[in-house]
Amino acid sequence: METVSTDVAIIGAGGAGLRAALALAEAAPKLRIALISKVYPMRSHTCAAEGGAAGVIKPGDSLQQHFDDTVGGGDWLCDQDAVDYFIAEAPKELLQLERWGCPWSREPDGSVAVRPFGGMKLMRTWFAADKSGFHILHTLFQTSLKYPSIRRFDEYYATELLVDGACCRGLTAIEMRSGQMRRFDAAAVILAGGGAGRIFPFTTNGAIKTGDAMAMAYRAGVPLKDMEFVQYHPTGLPNTGTLLTEACRGEGGVLLNKAGRRFLQDYGMGPETPRGHPVLKTMELGPRDRVSQAFWQEQKKGNMLPTQWGDCMLLDMRHLGEKTINERLPLVRDMSISYMGVDPVRDPVPVRPVVHYMMGGIHTDLRAATPLPGLFAAGECACVSINGANRLGSNSLTELLVFGRRAALSALDFVEQKKDAKPLVAEADRAQARLRELFQRTGGGETVAGLRKEMLQTMEEHAGIYRSGEGLGAACAKLAELRRRYRRIELHDKTNVYNTDLLQALELGSMLDCAEAVVQSAAGRRESRGAHQRLDFPARDDRHFLRHSLATYDAGGPPRISYQDVVITKSQPGVRDYSGAHA
Amino acid sequence: MSERAVELEVLRYNPETDKEPHFQRYALSCPEEWVVLDVLNKIKESVDPTLSYRWSCHMAVCGSCGMMINGEPKLACKAFLRDYRGTIRVEPLRHFPIERDLVTVIDDFVAKLARVKPYLIPKEPPPEGAEYRQTPAQLKRYKQFTLCINCMLCYAACPEYGLIPKYLGPAAIALGHRWNLDSRDGGREARQEELAATEGAWECSFVGACSEVCPEHVDPAGAIQRVKIESTVDWYRAHLMPWTNEEK
Amino acid sequence: MSRAPYERPITSEWIFRHPRYLRYMVREFSCLFIGGWTLLMVWGLHQLSQGPAAWAAFLELLRSPASVVFHLLALAFALYHSTTWFNLTPKALPVPFIAEAHYAGWAALSVVILALAL
Repeated sequence: METVSTDVAIIGAGGAGLRAALALAEAAPKLRIALISKVYPMRSHTCAAEGGAAGVIKPGDSLQQHFDDTVGGGDWLCDQDAVDYFIAEAPKELLQLERWGCPWSREPDGSVAVRPFGGMKLMRTWFAADKSGFHILHTLFQTSLKYPSIRRFDEYYATELLVDGACCRGLTAIEMRSGQMRRFDAAAVILAGGGAGRIFPFTTNGAIKTGDAMAMAYRAGVPLKDMEFVQYHPTGLPNTGTLLTEACRGEGGVLLNKAGRRFLQDYGMGPETPRGHPVLKTMELGPRDRVSQAFWQEQKKGNMLPTQWGDCMLLDMRHLGEKTINERLPLVRDMSISYMGVDPVRDPVPVRPVVHYMMGGIHTDLRAATPLPGLFAAGECACVSINGANRLGSNSLTELLVFGRRAALSALDFVEQKKDAKPLVAEADRAQARLRELFQRTGGGETVAGLRKEMLQTMEEHAGIYRSGEGLGAACAKLAELRRRYRRIELHDKTNVYNTDLLQALELGSMLDCAEAVVQSAAGRRESRGAHQRLDFPARDDRHFLRHSLATYDAGGPPRISYQDVVITKSQPGVRDYSGAHA
Repeated sequence: MSERAVELEVLRYNPETDKEPHFQRYALSCPEEWVVLDVLNKIKESVDPTLSYRWSCHMAVCGSCGMMINGEPKLACKAFLRDYRGTIRVEPLRHFPIERDLVTVIDDFVAKLARVKPYLIPKEPPPEGAEYRQTPAQLKRYKQFTLCINCMLCYAACPEYGLIPKYLGPAAIALGHRWNLDSRDGGREARQEELAATEGAWECSFVGACSEVCPEHVDPAGAIQRVKIESTVDWYRAHLMPWTNEEK
Repeated sequence: MSRAPYERPITSEWIFRHPRYLRYMVREFSCLFIGGWTLLMVWGLHQLSQGPAAWAAFLELLRSPASVVFHLLALAFALYHSTTWFNLTPKALPVPFIAEAHYAGWAALSVVILALAL
């Protein structure tokens, strides 16, 4: 097997992975960095993030307020020491991006502009029109081209981590164009492979968001934390599921039911604010979990607009005017017209909540280190946790930068202590054998598409915005069944060059592991908190569940669920008040 | 949801089984509002799992799904069935070698992006603890050139690139121009070597196809002509007024 | 290694793949006529230097049917060439009203030349 010897291997070249690579290249110019991704970096899903990245810069704002918004928004499941670190680093990271040439939108005086965003008491979301993620990704990628020490392995699909008892020492990956497996010997590995939104049928996530990094860590024995917390973004297009940024509401857009009523005021987010003049943290600028849940309740009452794609609410931006929409929401306008045939300047756009982000992920501490020495994680695939039970919009892009860098520094520390990278030849050979088995299997009877469809149906039906014990029980059983049937998948394509049948089969394996972690964790959490809502346990239960859930791999069976206390420092669990009364 | 009969003629190629590419027909029924990418996904899911192609975001921002649709370079996620009648011909993006089916080898493009030094080469150090000041007007000057999603439709449309593979190409030159126009940047001279080379902007004969097919309205053709003018002015200044040259 | 990237051959069929390419080739082709016309003018100058007989012969040549056809075609191509270039100028020089300025200059020059000729 061809091998690559490196000091640090980074899996995933989106915002977090690229930021980690840059941090390493700048801190240690002689360090060998392997940046491995199953897609070319500019295809990473960071490019689809629209709204912006939060960081305290304006006078009148303070780190304490960003802290309070984040911790409250997360329904007190955030580790407060990690949040402290995150918000303090946030402005520095966003400034660093500006210095790398990111085209942040500006105030007339030339300073960086900020916009209002959901769940934030003050404006602190830096933005680049409505393509913030795109610009951040391209700025990072283009800057990375400055550093020859960053060696890229584009379109390499990482399959397994190589672990020897004590440490992570590298990985195996398939060079997609040739189908050949390579062994990467690394003294440290950083996982930055993104979330797993594709386990649900309606999602803003692109095809690549299949939870491969999460699954790799999971199978190496690292727990997945808080997997039950899946965020629904309130405004996705009902046919494609793609995202209409929260900034639509930040700029003043409103949400209407089929009677034209701004129904959010009936769900604790009122009183109704003047159209076009949003008040932070109330009504349409409430947090995503509350807004999505209000949709679900309103839909149950029959007040949503029936369309050919299901029930929808209306996102009305007409009062913003053509000039504002073209300047600040051009992508939104383009997408509405192209995919829905609706021009937001003239008509309200039908939208509905779609799966968007996973608060949960690979268990790390606030230094981005996993419990497995030598393995670090950052970005959506990781759970520190700074997002708790519900993430505030625009914290995620900042999270990529802060923890991408943090993971890099932790990895560098680790590498400097442990100079030896021991090649795990036998483990790699076993990984290859496992792959070959899948490849050559005949007569299995199961297909990738078939199992995937069943998984999507189960998640949609039983693991959506509102869950029940019964439904989750059914989902757990179903996913266990799918896990077993997965071993009988047979490939249609048994050739080597760019075999996407094989890749989809491997991605399905990752998704099944992630999905099982989600439903098992959800079944165990008998309370409602943030994005995890249970019809049979509608209240928050701090006595028993002010803890993170940990799903640990148990070969051949469902994950073992255990719990870990949340780090509470300054902010005791309180009431999440998004009514105008709090202002 | 009304459906319509769709017939795709897709260029297939598997180096392990084929000497050369060949067309394969697929006929199926699809919702009218779909895009070609949706049809490909349905084919892969329910008819032929061996079909290989790149895609991700389905919202024209990742740049993965560029292909030739009825002979025109398009993003498959933005090729609406309603705009096509009859059999739709789907081929991999032109002017790039075919790896497998609709997947092309884009190494040349990625290398060219790197050659134009597409990163900030600061004109002066940043202010202490604060951002560079950049007015909305200054941002507007280069903004449109930042919108390139690296989809390579422009390379597929450009006959110069097709005939002269050494040509830097529209997206790479537009990207160099983006950085040249950024008010914070002072790297124009550093990029000159690549941009003003024979295989740089000067290979362009202003066909303009690149700007026509660009899904993000970046206008690389405009960028290239401006690079030509800038590099000409620079050349004359450097030779007629040598005292203005920077110390090397 | 089982890879074998396939390079599709480039032929001149690209010109016919879309009207824009044909229009481009016509624009480029116009240079033949404009170049030809220029050579004709140079020849005319030369004949002028050879005395009145040569000059008269040249003027006869210009009045021949073939010459008239050539000049009509050259004019058509020159017009096409000029309008396409003027319309493209704003892309190269994003100055307000630059295309209009070119047309205005063209009109003014034409008036002057026509006045001199008639």
